[in-house]
Amino acid sequence: MELDWGNLLFIIMSAVFVNNYVLQRFLGICPFLGVSKKLDQATGMSIAVIFVMLLATAVTWPIQTFLLTPNNMDYLQTIVFILVIAALVQLVEIILKRYIPALYKSLGIYLPLITTNCAVLGVTVLNITEGYNFAQSMANSFGSGLGFFLAMVIFAGVRMRTETCDAPDSFKGLPITLVSAAIVAASFNGFAGVVETLFGN
Amino acid sequence: MKANNAPSKLSILTNGIIKENPVLVLVLGTCPTLATTTSVSTAIGMGIAAAIVLICSNILISLLRKIIPDSVRIPCYIVVIAGFVSVVQMLVQAYFQDLYNALGVYLPLIVVNCIILGRAEMFASKHTVGESALDGIGMGIGFTLTLLVMSTIREVLGSGTFAGISVPFFSSYNIPILTQTPGGFFVFGCLIALVARITHGKVKHAATGCGNCPNAAVCGKIGKEA
Repeated sequence: MELDWGNLLFIIMSAVFVNNYVLQRFLGICPFLGVSKKLDQATGMSIAVIFVMLLATAVTWPIQTFLLTPNNMDYLQTIVFILVIAALVQLVEIILKRYIPALYKSLGIYLPLITTNCAVLGVTVLNITEGYNFAQSMANSFGSGLGFFLAMVIFAGVRMRTETCDAPDSFKGLPITLVSAAIVAASFNGFAGVVETLFGN
Repeated sequence: MKANNAPSKLSILTNGIIKENPVLVLVLGTCPTLATTTSVSTAIGMGIAAAIVLICSNILISLLRKIIPDSVRIPCYIVVIAGFVSVVQMLVQAYFQDLYNALGVYLPLIVVNCIILGRAEMFASKHTVGESALDGIGMGIGFTLTLLVMSTIREVLGSGTFAGISVPFFSSYNIPILTQTPGGFFVFGCLIALVARITHGKVKHAATGCGNCPNAAVCGKIGKEA
């Protein structure tokens, strides 16, 4: 099977800009609002998300294709996927703690948050429903993670401003954060046609 | 009804609707709230599906609360919730094909809806079966009502219809951006601000957006370490 690099690039670019997980698909909103206060936390969380997304796809795609579908057990998808992701995150945490303590120190605290992150479960389920092959699935996961990273970093910058701004009392805290998220999301609407024209086949 | 003769039971039921509204006060389950409120019908479908899972998982987790060892409780909750989500998913696919297509990936994602895991952890694991069921019903109604309010705002102003029926005046002057992503964030932010204004800050919502999410402890740790 030959890899179609143009197609893979198109998938990655669409996942980053057009179907951005946070800003267009509303997945992973909790960490987007919770961990985006400081730039370094946002970066750490996003790197952990990219890593787990790739790993989860690498495991769940073969499970779905070679185990669930041939045995007519598609209905078990949700249970199997969430369990695999939960086990995987635990395993990564243990391995990192044991062998790469430096990395564990910087990423470890974000890992438990990822088990119940809908972006990770979302990307594995969407890869199946979109009918992607393995390479396309990996590309989509990488792009989605990268999109999450981009949204987090941009929003961390925006938030530094909103934290200090003088908002009306009832808008202080979360509401003003959400309204500024709306403006960031609106800016991403502009990418819709661009990626199709540049990278579409 | 049990709820009518015991005031404390009644308060458990109404708690979820107003005082501890899962979406607007506890700020849980933001992803489905933002994603499925583009139209009234999908919002109600999502609300009811999540409410059914919430009630069933609350009851079962409350029944099992003495059997489940503390150290593995979160994985146990996830398995229970995932089981009910699969059941609901199959029912919706069998009887409401249109809704199934409209909800798409958000239906299996009820598994990671933090309202359900949050209530399992905060309430069902500590209370009796009856109370947990009432809490599930109250929270479910609160969630569905909030989705209804938000989707009404977004659909009427955004596409000039209510549950697909054209609304006079609004159908000729609509603001399409409200049905898109930015509108979701904007309406949600304004609704939370409105609740804060009405309650005069008496009801304190979670500032981080993690709310009563079982992960909030870890989130808080991140905030402190930095």
